[in-house]
Amino acid sequence: MSEIHVNTDAALRTKALEALLVEKGLVSSEAIDRVVKEFEEDIGPMRGAQVVAKAWVDLDFRKRLLEDGQSAISEFGFMERPDTELVVVENTDEVHNVVVCTLCSCYPWAVLGLPPTWYKSYAYRARVVREPRKVLKEFGLELPESVEVRVWDSNSDLRYMVLPVRPDGTDHLDEASLASLVTRDSMIGVTRL
Amino acid sequence: MSEDTVSRSVTDMDESIAVPRSNGELQFDAPWQARAFGLAVALNEEGAYPWADFSGQLSEIIALGERSGEPEAYYEQWLRTIETLAMEKGLISESELVAKMTTVAAEDDHSHDDDHHHP
Repeated sequence: MSEIHVNTDAALRTKALEALLVEKGLVSSEAIDRVVKEFEEDIGPMRGAQVVAKAWVDLDFRKRLLEDGQSAISEFGFMERPDTELVVVENTDEVHNVVVCTLCSCYPWAVLGLPPTWYKSYAYRARVVREPRKVLKEFGLELPESVEVRVWDSNSDLRYMVLPVRPDGTDHLDEASLASLVTRDSMIGVTRL
Repeated sequence: MSEDTVSRSVTDMDESIAVPRSNGELQFDAPWQARAFGLAVALNEEGAYPWADFSGQLSEIIALGERSGEPEAYYEQWLRTIETLAMEKGLISESELVAKMTTVAAEDDHSHDDDHHHP
């Protein structure tokens, strides 16, 4: 009985708490709806995906993005912390980039949202620097020896995002459809598209 | 820029008290958990308390109990944090909350058990 009871109880307490606080004018139900929606839908890797898709179709934007990531993403209306720099590193057929934060868990939250749990794991942080190819292989990405692997170590002033290579056979797709192809892992650099 | 400030506060919480995530997305196992999440963030946005007060209180509550990666246990602690903070700050009193719970429970029963229409 306790399992269900605890559940019901928490749901009831939440409802009562919200009702009481709304009654007192301290918060509105609409504000809560908006926050939940923002976190579930808007803040997350979709923002990064939009940026990548635009960089694939708009060469001027791509240039701006690679030169100054922070100012380029501000064109979308979002930014990293004002005192940090966002560096976007470009994958090519010859170079593959992967991002880590060896010290803690610095992450470009404005474009990628909340970091996956493995990103913060000691195993990833320590190993991706020492044996990047092996770690990438565990993510299912096997790179030929001819491809150079670059590992970028984030810190509190400097955040990195990978610009993946546009997949073949996507010439006919528009920006929105392209964005839907872009995954979070590809922007951290642990997979390719 | 309250939206950005708040988003950062939530995303930057120490791993020991961080919100449960699955693949980078927020993880809720029941609707009340999302509601409790939104309530805490919205209260902060409306200026009811600074985010540091919320995360500090949450950290205390988690330290007293047990850190669990499961959304159910985590949001139970999260909910207790809002209750504690709201009472500590004098936003609500315990008796008001208890009274409201009784009302809400009665409304819930009423809407489930009766056979006439509700809008």
